[in-house]
Formats: sequence, structure tokens, C-alpha cells
Amino acid sequence: MSVPALEVRDLSFSYPDGTAVLHSVDFHVHPGERVALLGPNGAGKTTLILHLNGIFSSSSGSVTVAGLPATEENIHEIRRRTGLVFQDPDDQLFMPTVRQDVAFGPANFGVQGAELDDRVRDALEAVGMLEVADRPPHHLSLGQRRRVAVATVLAMQPEILVLDEPSSNLDPASRHELAHILEALDITMLMVTHDLPYALELCERSLVINNGRIVADGPTSTILGDRELMRANRLELPYGFDPSFIRPGRT
Amino acid sequence: MHIPDGFINGATSLGAAVVAAGGLGTALRRGNRALKDRQIPLAGLVAAFVFALQMLNFPVAAGTSGHLLGGALAAVLLGPWMGVVVVSVVVIVQALLFADGGVSALGLNITNMGLLTALVGWGAFRLLMTLLPKRTAFVVGASIGAAWLSVVVSSLGFVAAYALGGSGQAPVGTVLGAMTGVHSLIGIGEGLITGAIVAAVLGVRPDLVYGAQKYELAASRRLMPGRMAIGGFVAAGLAVSLALVIFVAPLANSNPDGLERVARDQGFIATAEDSATAESPLADYSVTGVENDRTGTVVAGLIGTILVFLVGAGILMLVGRKRPQPKSEAGP
Amino acid sequence: MRATHVHALYVHGTGRVRALEAHVKVAAMVAFVLAVVATPREAFWAFGIQAVLLIGAAAAARIPAGFLLRRLVVLIPFVLFALFLPLFGGGPRTQVFGFALSVEGLWGAWTILAKATLGVTASIVMAATTEVPDILLGLDRLRVPRLITAIAGFMIRYLDVTLGEMHRMRIAMMSRGYNPRWIWQNRALANSAGALFIRSYERGERVYQAMAARGYQGQMPVLSRELTRPGSWLQALAFPAFAWMAAVAAIIAT
Repeated sequence: MSVPALEVRDLSFSYPDGTAVLHSVDFHVHPGERVALLGPNGAGKTTLILHLNGIFSSSSGSVTVAGLPATEENIHEIRRRTGLVFQDPDDQLFMPTVRQDVAFGPANFGVQGAELDDRVRDALEAVGMLEVADRPPHHLSLGQRRRVAVATVLAMQPEILVLDEPSSNLDPASRHELAHILEALDITMLMVTHDLPYALELCERSLVINNGRIVADGPTSTILGDRELMRANRLELPYGFDPSFIRPGRT
Repeated sequence: MHIPDGFINGATSLGAAVVAAGGLGTALRRGNRALKDRQIPLAGLVAAFVFALQMLNFPVAAGTSGHLLGGALAAVLLGPWMGVVVVSVVVIVQALLFADGGVSALGLNITNMGLLTALVGWGAFRLLMTLLPKRTAFVVGASIGAAWLSVVVSSLGFVAAYALGGSGQAPVGTVLGAMTGVHSLIGIGEGLITGAIVAAVLGVRPDLVYGAQKYELAASRRLMPGRMAIGGFVAAGLAVSLALVIFVAPLANSNPDGLERVARDQGFIATAEDSATAESPLADYSVTGVENDRTGTVVAGLIGTILVFLVGAGILMLVGRKRPQPKSEAGP
Repeated sequence: MRATHVHALYVHGTGRVRALEAHVKVAAMVAFVLAVVATPREAFWAFGIQAVLLIGAAAAARIPAGFLLRRLVVLIPFVLFALFLPLFGGGPRTQVFGFALSVEGLWGAWTILAKATLGVTASIVMAATTEVPDILLGLDRLRVPRLITAIAGFMIRYLDVTLGEMHRMRIAMMSRGYNPRWIWQNRALANSAGALFIRSYERGERVYQAMAARGYQGQMPVLSRELTRPGSWLQALAFPAFAWMAAVAAIIAT
């Protein structure tokens, strides 16, 4: 197979106070794949994704994005290749207008002039938010802000899109719209989520992480159908939801 | 006190602008070196916090309220340089976007409310901490004292600017007495709120209090100084307030101007007696107050202090009630 | 509650004043205010000319008079101070309706009222016709240090977020019966302010992470490249130019 879009090898991490969060985490994501990262609160999901673009770095193990190892000297390029969408769009959208915010990323990588304008327009178009380009982010609804947050990352043309709880707190319609947009993007994706139907709808493959370890890796429908595994890792399907009755989004 | 345009003459405003530019420039350089790139968003967030606090009126007594300046608070929480930067940015945005404080007086306002409050607050805090035991309650106590002093010194800055280039030749002594008097009262509120906020932060994330970082305090519950100490602080603040009005005003005022002059010229007495308020304390004052200059000034200062305080409080109340979206900067 | 006051500064509309670039407008406003401050106090007519200019600009931008008047409340403490001046001021006195008033004090009151009102109105007109993000970009183009505009930008961006959090905390407190009236009842309020600081600080750290994740290395990128339209400066500066003419004429005349 081709070079993995993302390769995590033997990654371990402890906080300065000694609390171990990740234990030899090992997995890879191939180009074009959409992978869900499932796990209970405190399993180490957010810590893991902050490693993927070098905001946290760890003494043991390695992270490689599209063949480039995440080391101190590569950190800038790694951050371009890994598009991180944070859970709270208010953390992510910090510039006075949507347009400036979407331009922030590519501008940091030296894109300017007409190309910068094109990037901003394309990214906003991809999430259907072009008409709010000149509004301040705090005038948008949560669903709109989350879509803009995705655009801020798309504008950097990353190798892999990493989303932290993309559907949390969205009303059903916004949640559905976002799913549509993500579905239509032609990009490798790693999605941290508690929203199991969302994972099933969007991701053909899932990883389960608990206590800092990857405990399962397989097709989403299989994982969601494994009651033992689900219960052991504090994952619970919505009442009445049976994954075996549903045609998986993609297989 | 956001000084508007035309209140202080051009030369003084210009001088203050030079001081402000120099001070803010130094703070930016020093702050940036010490605090690195991650501090820019942090400074912006804390500036939003300070701005929000200035809009949050806290009750002083029976329905009147005051609001925070925040310079000493920012300095204790973030260090002196970042404190200067944060409060100065708040002042700049208030002038440009909210028309709060004149554009030509921006230098004066940055100097008074950004530089003076943060630097004096920090200096006082450090001084108190070198004298006091390195314990949580004393960090809070030192913050309270530093915040009180920062407000009073800021009002001194205002008086100094007025003495150098103020419009209207109000007797400097009276302005001094009234301003510092009122602000030693306002400072009590500033001190208590600052102390309580520092205490609240120390209770949860002591590592975030810049001024206490080197004491390595553990998060603890017993934070505020005792009731006695707080009572003593309030009493001392009130005493200083009255003392300033009674002693400073006449001393600083060598020639007998001011209200007693008005009274001597009979104009004021006449109106007082003609009006329906003939039985009011003011009318009383006009009879006894003219006997000697000093008493006259003292009484004038006291009345001035109380009037300014009441009127200010009343306005805060009215404006605060009518317009829930804030911008009732009647405070200092 | 959301999007309340920062938004409320701007009056929507179109027209020539709004079409001017922000940096040109900010510069014109500052130049105008300086002209007002430089005008000698005796030159009533010069202030009159400046007031007419300002009213003209406000009318051209269709800013409602009520909006302007409401925003002028920031001046109230100084109006009061100005009203005290004729009573407390020194120097020779004059009889006005039976009051012995200080001549200097009267002049002082007039100076403060005239100049402060004109100054504040000029700022209000500028802020009412320029969107906040444009003002920031304008300051950037006027060579205000990027650190200041960047911090101000973050501050404005997060003001509504912070106020929203404060508002929710307050409601949570009030719905549990908290209604402080005296200064010693502020403990809970201060605790929530402390919590608000911690939230702000931690959000600051997360924002930094989000910036670093998009390649931020300590320099805010330059995002504005639009060129000033020819004629903009000429149009905008005509406004302070007349004010300065009045000021200079008044200086020469007195």
C-alpha cells in the first residue's frame, strides 16, 4: 500500500506530574480513509490528537504525516499537513472576521495575494459558508462556526483532517448538514467522537482507545456490534439503535 | 475617570502622550521578551476579561454601585508589563470604539489608568510581599492594599494633569482633596474585589497568579484575610479618605480661593437663603463657614467629596438601570 | 445577550462616509479632534463651524440623532465637573442671574463642554460608520504596532464570549436567590469573577494551541493588501482641513 497519511508508532506520553496518558499507541491511517477514534472521557483522545501536529511532543514513539516524521525541525510543515479542528469553534476562530480567520493558516505558510483569496474562497465554498465571509465569527450560530472552523483548516490544504467531537452540541439539522459537508470532502479524516451513529455514518473504520491504549481497530459496524467490547469501554449506542440493521455509510 | 477632549490643555496632553508611548513601548518590549508569542492571545483574552469586569457593577451600598479599574489586578495576575499592556489596550479600545475618553487625551488616560495603576499596583504588591509572610492570605492582603493604592495614585495622576493644564482654574487643593478623597473610597471597593478575585484564582489555579508564582503556594481554601482585617482595611480607607479632604485640601491651597470665596462674595449665601433649601446644611455652612479660611476649605472639600460621590453614585445607578448594556463609565 | 454592545456601535447603512477606507477615516477623525482641541476657547464661531462639519458628516452617514445623544452619556461626569467650575473656580467674578461666578470657571466649563462634546461626537461618527474589524485593519495600516492591534483584535473577538459567560454565571447565581445589595455581599460575585478569569486564561491557552496548529510562529500575518482608492484621502481629509482652517483663523484672530 502507499505511504500512510498518518502513522503513529509506539507513542507514549505522561504529564509532567507523572500521570501516564498514552501507552504505546500504534496505528496508521491510509490516504482517503475516514477513521473514527472512539473512547470514553479521559481515555487520552484529545492528548493523542494534540500529538498529531506537535503541540505536544513525547519522548518515546513517533508520529509521521504523509511520510514526514514529526520532529522539531519539521514541525511547521507537519502543522500544515495535519488540519486540526478543535472542539470549541470559539477557540479556533480568533480573528475579527471569518475571511481573516480562514486566511490566517495559509498566510502563515507564505500564501499571499490572489492565491490567498482563492484559497479562502474555495475553503468557504466547500463548507457552504462563503456568504458569511465578512461577518465576525461571534455573530454566527454554533453550526455555522463549526463549518467555518473546518474551512480554516481546509485552506491550508492538509493531508489529513483531524476533528475533535465535530457533532457535539449541534442541533439535529446542523449535525446533519455538517455530516453532508464532511462526506463530500475528498480528504483523509480522523474523527474523535462520542457520537456513535455519526461514526457509523461517516467512517468505515474505527479505533477504540481506553486508558491510553488502542483496544480495538476494525470496521465501524463490527465494532459497534460487539456488545462486550462496547460495554468494556463505556461506549453506549442510543436506545433502540442497532448497527446491524443499518446499511453502513461506506464499506 | 476617562478624561475627554478639551479637559486638559494640549501641551500637557502631548507630554502625557509621550510618557504613555514610552511606557507602553517599554512594556510591550519587556512583556514580549518575558512572555513569548503565546502571550498575545492570552493578553487579548485577559483584556476582554478586564473590559467585562469594568462593565460589571458591584454594589457598594444600598443600590449604588462601582466598578473595577483592574490595573493592579492585571499586574498581580499577569506581571507588571503584561498588566500595563492589557489595561492600555482596554483604554485604547474604549477611546476609539466607545468614545470613552478623548482621542487627544489618550496619552493621559493610558498614563493614568494603564501605566500608573499597573506599575504602582505591582510596586506596592511587591513591597508588601517582601514585608509580609509568604502565605496565601497575605498575597490576597497585599493585592487588596496594592489595588487601593493604585486607585488613589491614579487619581493623583489626574490631579497632577489638572494642575498642569486643566481648564477652569478650579483650586488645585480642592480638586486634590475631593479626587483623592473620593478615590480612597472607590479604592476600598477596588481592593476588596481585587482581593476576592485573586483569592478565587489562588484557590483553584495558584500557578496562574504571576505575583505569587515564586512562593509556590498550594491551592488552599483559607484565603481571605479575617473579618477583622477586612474591617480594619475598610475603616482605614474611610479614615484616609476623610483625612485627605480635611488636611490636604487646605494645606495644598495657599490662597483663599474656592467655595469660601464664593461664600464671602455673598452670592452663594444669597441663593442658599433665597431658595427653598434655606434650612439645609449648606445654608448652615454659609453662616459658620466664612469665619476662617481653613474651616471654609475643609467644609467645601467635604461637601465637594460627598456631593461628587453621591452624584456619581446616582448617575451610575440611573445609567446602570436604564441601559443594561454597559458603558456607564462614571467611575474613575 | 449575544452580540450586544460591540455590534451596537455600528449603524448599518450605505453612502460615501461608510465607503471610505477605515484608516483614512481614523486619521481624519484624529486630525479633526486635534483641530478642535487647538482652537482657542474664545472663538465661538470656530467651534460653530466645527459643529456644523460634524453634523454634516453625521447627517451624510444617516446616523440618527437619538443614537448620537444616547452615546453622549459618557460625558455626564465631566459635564457635572464643568458645572461645578463656575462655583469653585478662582480669579475675578461676574454676576450671572444673581450668582457670583468665576470668570475663569465659566470659561473652563465652556471649554470642556464644547471640546469634549465635539471630540466625543467625532469618535462616535467614526465608530458608527466603520465596522470594528475594519477599524483594527485601519490602525494596522496607520502603523500602530501590530502587537497592540492583535491584542485589541483578540479582546474584541472574545468580549462577547466573556460577557456571555459572565451573564450565564450571573443568571445561575440569581436563580439560586443571590441578590447582593451591600459591598460585603460580593464574595460570590468575586468568586465568579475569579472563575471567569481562569476560564479566560485557559481559553487563551487553547486559542494559542489553535493558532500554533495553523502555523503561527509569533508573527501575526499581514492580511490587508487593499490599496487606498485615489481620492479617498482627499475626500476624508477635507473634513479635518476645514476644522483646522477654522482653528488656525481663530488662533490668528486672538
